Amino acid sequence: MAERTLYNKVWNKHKVATLPTGQDQLFIGLHLIHEVTTPQAFASLHERNASVRFPKRTFATLDHIIPTEKQFQRPFSDQQAELMSKTLEYNVKEHGITFFNSQSGNQGIVHVIGPELGLTKPGMTIACGDSHTSTHGAFGSLGFGIGTSEVALVLETQTLALTPLKVRKIEVTGTLQKGVSAKDVVLKIINKCGVKGGIGFAYEFAGSVFEAMSMEERMTVCNMSIEGGARIGYVNPDQTTIDYLKDREYVPKGEEFEQLKQYWQAICSDQDAVYDDVVTIDGSRIEPMVTWGITPGQSVGVTELLPNSQSKPDDEKQLIESALDHMKFQPNSPILDKVIDVVFVGSCTNSRLSDLRAAAQIIKGNQVHKDVKMMVVPGSQNVKKEAEKEGLDKLFIQAGADWRDPGCSMCLAMNPDKLENDQLCASTSNRNFIGRQGSPTGRTLLMSPQMAALAAIYGKVKDIREFIKK
Amino acid sequence: MKIESVIGKAIPMVLDDIDTDRIIPARFLKEITFENMGEYAFIDERQDSDGNLKNHPFNDKQFQHASILLVGKNFGCGSSREHAPQALQRYGIKAIIGESFAEIFAGNCKAIGLPVVYATRAEIKQCEAFITKHPDTTVTINLVSKRVRYFEESFLINMPDPQRESFLKGTWNVLDLLKQNDHLIANLDANLPY
Repeated sequence: MAERTLYNKVWNKHKVATLPTGQDQLFIGLHLIHEVTTPQAFASLHERNASVRFPKRTFATLDHIIPTEKQFQRPFSDQQAELMSKTLEYNVKEHGITFFNSQSGNQGIVHVIGPELGLTKPGMTIACGDSHTSTHGAFGSLGFGIGTSEVALVLETQTLALTPLKVRKIEVTGTLQKGVSAKDVVLKIINKCGVKGGIGFAYEFAGSVFEAMSMEERMTVCNMSIEGGARIGYVNPDQTTIDYLKDREYVPKGEEFEQLKQYWQAICSDQDAVYDDVVTIDGSRIEPMVTWGITPGQSVGVTELLPNSQSKPDDEKQLIESALDHMKFQPNSPILDKVIDVVFVGSCTNSRLSDLRAAAQIIKGNQVHKDVKMMVVPGSQNVKKEAEKEGLDKLFIQAGADWRDPGCSMCLAMNPDKLENDQLCASTSNRNFIGRQGSPTGRTLLMSPQMAALAAIYGKVKDIREFIKK
Repeated sequence: MKIESVIGKAIPMVLDDIDTDRIIPARFLKEITFENMGEYAFIDERQDSDGNLKNHPFNDKQFQHASILLVGKNFGCGSSREHAPQALQRYGIKAIIGESFAEIFAGNCKAIGLPVVYATRAEIKQCEAFITKHPDTTVTINLVSKRVRYFEESFLINMPDPQRESFLKGTWNVLDLLKQNDHLIANLDANLPY
């Protein structure tokens, strides 16, 4: 088993006890909650007449069901969404939990606002009833995506019963080509290690490509660890991390900050740390990646062809055939020039300021193709405000795109933003599962924000490297 | 509640990478209780947009009232929604035999007292073939002996020890165990650097 990695150190620091079952009881330093996975958890607390153990370690937001138009207009037109919001509003009030609602100016996707407000810090254990909690690993914290029963456990005891994971170090070496982004890096990692390759592992991301990445880029990669089966993904904190955190709202100042910094440095993986597995990828050879199938691992470089199921073993054959069937694609066909209907820029993977800038830079001075509907959904109210300060909203609107209010939106389509019928969507989100974007026959191509913006202009999948050469 | 064995008819769905959006689409997560989730299990795979039934094991009359689900690799990948195991459990599934399970899904199953057990592809495929021919076969999952039996066949299953222990001892709901250490929890909270 791995030794002296950040994973081991943070785990040990938060270990309360070994349980009679053999699992470890782990203290959760930060609990982030939202409207969808908490109503039943609070209801179970209320049934037992129990209270929240550490309300000050718990923060709430509204993101999954919130409409991205007329967000301030209550009641919401969707009665279920209204009831869900009201339930959360009641629960946070009842238990004295800080709630970033629409009036707070800090509302947004839970994995966008945690880092943005400085709630997420290195060396923490963080839990949230959402699988993309792995995002917070970008700071060198351990983010656990949990289910509702576990949300109830964290509310009531601030702890979870967990079995330690193995640690796989994934080194991406060299320098990325121009036009290749963090999204392409993580899609490549999932492609290489497989959607089930990470089961039982935490992923430590390292190497020159990660060292050069901004915090927002690291978040994009850690966010999608779970798509590779790894519940946890992290990057060791460094100067980039410290610079990002300094002066954030929930980050202590002065002497206390200096002390925290020492802790952050101490929890980094040691030079001689032991890993259960090491994978190395040459970053300079990563192409812009696009998914063609129904799992995030079914992807190709933009100049490559879709696979052919013939000559593949039976189980893989079945996966390829069912994916091609749903996607209505031919085997061996190019991903390039696939005609798209919708573009979605948003989600906890790619809705931060740098993502919107990347998309805006491509869209600037161009028009969204006449047959394409493009929607840009910032990750938080703060992201929206900053983007508007820079005039990004105008660039999108002038190009014919929709500029929306923050929320999870068409990543999982729990609000009114949905694909219709078998529309093909170029999406910056994290999942291309069947039905994910709200229509059972809808189809999703995952890609980076710049690739999605380019697809919006041409109405087809294009290679960003060719475009920026011009 | 102790769970030492699960006995029932089985329903085969030996496919890989079945994600939780397929088990239960996100639009059904807007209900604030789990009460109705059983009705939504695999709903978009079972019905078309006009409500016509599609060809799916959960629609197959032969497998009605089956309580053991046979699956492939990485079952339950994707979202952490507990609604997925809740939907299966409320539909009537009492245990799942698979090649592998997504981490969060497996944790959610344990939390609600739904054992997931691991077996090889070959054993699962063989069982699937038999069940498909003889849907009335009774399948027994014995957590004590770590064996699955059906007709004259049997095979070994795998399961992490903590999970197996917690079903055998009836401690799969860990709330009481966690609460017993409250003084240690308070201590840890006070001594964390943040």
